[in-house]
Amino acid sequence: MSRPKAVLVALTVLAAVGLPFATLVIWSLADRWFFPGLWPQAWGLRAWSYVVTTAGGQVITALWQSVAVAFVTAVVAVLVALPAARALGLYSFRGKDAISVLLTLPIIVPPLSVAMGLHLWFIRLDLAESFIGVVAVHLTFCLPYAVFVLWGVFSNYNPDFESQARSLGASRWRVWLRVMLPMILPGVIVAGLFAFLLSWSQYLSTLIIGGGRLITLPVLLFSLMGSGDRPVAAAVSIVFVLPALVALLFSARHLGGKSLAGVR
Amino acid sequence: MARPDAGIDARTRRGPGPTHLALMLLPALVVVVMLFGGGLLLGVLQALGHLPGAGLERLSGMHFGRVLTDPDFIQSFGLTLYVAAVSTLLAAGLSVVAALALNRMAARWRLVHFVFQIPLTVPHLVIAVAVIFMLSPAGLLARLAVAAGLIETASEFPLLVNDRWAIGIILTYVWKEIPFITLMLLAVLQNAGGELIDVGRTLKADAWQRFRHITLPTIFPALGAASLIVFAYTFGAFEVPFLLGRTYPMTLPVWAYKHYSDIDLMARPEGIATGIVIAAVVAMAVVTAQALTRRARKRGIVL
Repeated sequence: MSRPKAVLVALTVLAAVGLPFATLVIWSLADRWFFPGLWPQAWGLRAWSYVVTTAGGQVITALWQSVAVAFVTAVVAVLVALPAARALGLYSFRGKDAISVLLTLPIIVPPLSVAMGLHLWFIRLDLAESFIGVVAVHLTFCLPYAVFVLWGVFSNYNPDFESQARSLGASRWRVWLRVMLPMILPGVIVAGLFAFLLSWSQYLSTLIIGGGRLITLPVLLFSLMGSGDRPVAAAVSIVFVLPALVALLFSARHLGGKSLAGVR
Repeated sequence: MARPDAGIDARTRRGPGPTHLALMLLPALVVVVMLFGGGLLLGVLQALGHLPGAGLERLSGMHFGRVLTDPDFIQSFGLTLYVAAVSTLLAAGLSVVAALALNRMAARWRLVHFVFQIPLTVPHLVIAVAVIFMLSPAGLLARLAVAAGLIETASEFPLLVNDRWAIGIILTYVWKEIPFITLMLLAVLQNAGGELIDVGRTLKADAWQRFRHITLPTIFPALGAASLIVFAYTFGAFEVPFLLGRTYPMTLPVWAYKHYSDIDLMARPEGIATGIVIAAVVAMAVVTAQALTRRARKRGIVL
């Protein structure tokens, strides 16, 4: 590709991707921006101070709530996914295609359909409006996703190292901890990051199972959009997008970005 | 795990026994079958009129019947199909262009490759908010139009969000889904290498012929599978049409949730029935995508 052409492609990509973020940043820094001004009439940090100070305590609370739900979901998802992914990645057996379909469906079928069905059951189990209930419904798609990422990791993993360690007298636990874990660690972190991200982005299933009691960041963002305070909504949107960028940076470094393809 | 020594032999790498394999797979499969399968099954039962404590003998297709014959359902279904199909086709078309361009771009443009992937991880909600700020009647584009002297007041600006043609929704999806499809295409293009194209060139095929008869057949299975996934996703997603759609007609997921959360409890089974209809459409698209992928693998195309 000739250089001017490449520059053109580069500029198009940068502009198309950057524009929404630039818009959000400018709005979050606008104290007054009346129509039809092309620039804010007054710049300021009102929205950001609302986000970080006690007056905006609800943002901080929602932030922690989101972090807690997504973190617990991601840890459980990775722990449960690990043995299954090892089996799928290392060995060939019948029924693999069926398992692949079974695990793909929860990633794509909207959580809306599942959450509505689960809600009544969760009410009877006392899981509705609870932290565990929300984690459980997020697991329906975070767990299969973690399995897929780790499946890929184990397909490139050579278990022969384990038998060498064992023949040198290492115990089973020691082999897992000192041989397997260090080799698959980047993949484990990426699987965890993306399970975190999937849970972090969830709105409707949190609302249905959490019943409005569990206010996560997206739930708060929706009510902020309703209230019409654009600078604050823009600032919260920026906070909301940060983990996505961190996850992308990390995985681009360690997996060349290939495992990203299934993230929604 | 049951038998730690059953597995790995350095020379033959025999797999562990079937019981051992089953035990490794079991935790994940139990969680998925119970929570996902269970959720759908309970949804179907409730949509068939089952209420807790009432037993199973009263099941009927009444709610499904009421949903499927509701004129609003047909409207919503049509709108949802339109949004999903147009978003998918636009994203697929632009992805082919993007994949060809990025494939020919030298690897030293790493920043571009990285920036291109950003939309993959960004939550839909954030982009929907940004689209409102850009395209609504008081948004950036309208302000630009005033500055350029095209319009004088916000009300003269054409509706681009909460609009009849769902332009805001479609733009949000296209922005989000292009990198997903493009990455799938790039993987195939990079695996295929340039040899076939070179052969085409020596046979004097022009650029269009090379694209039509070499590149397109190579990427087609990946393009089809990725597009079906995008279609399935956009068909069932809630947030974007909820924020950027009109109040009437609504897309199917928004319609389903509206019924589900209605204070009239009789509307609830109908909401759930709608959710099941959505799940069925999405599942069909996913299974078709998987079949496409498998057929492509048999033909030797790496996905």
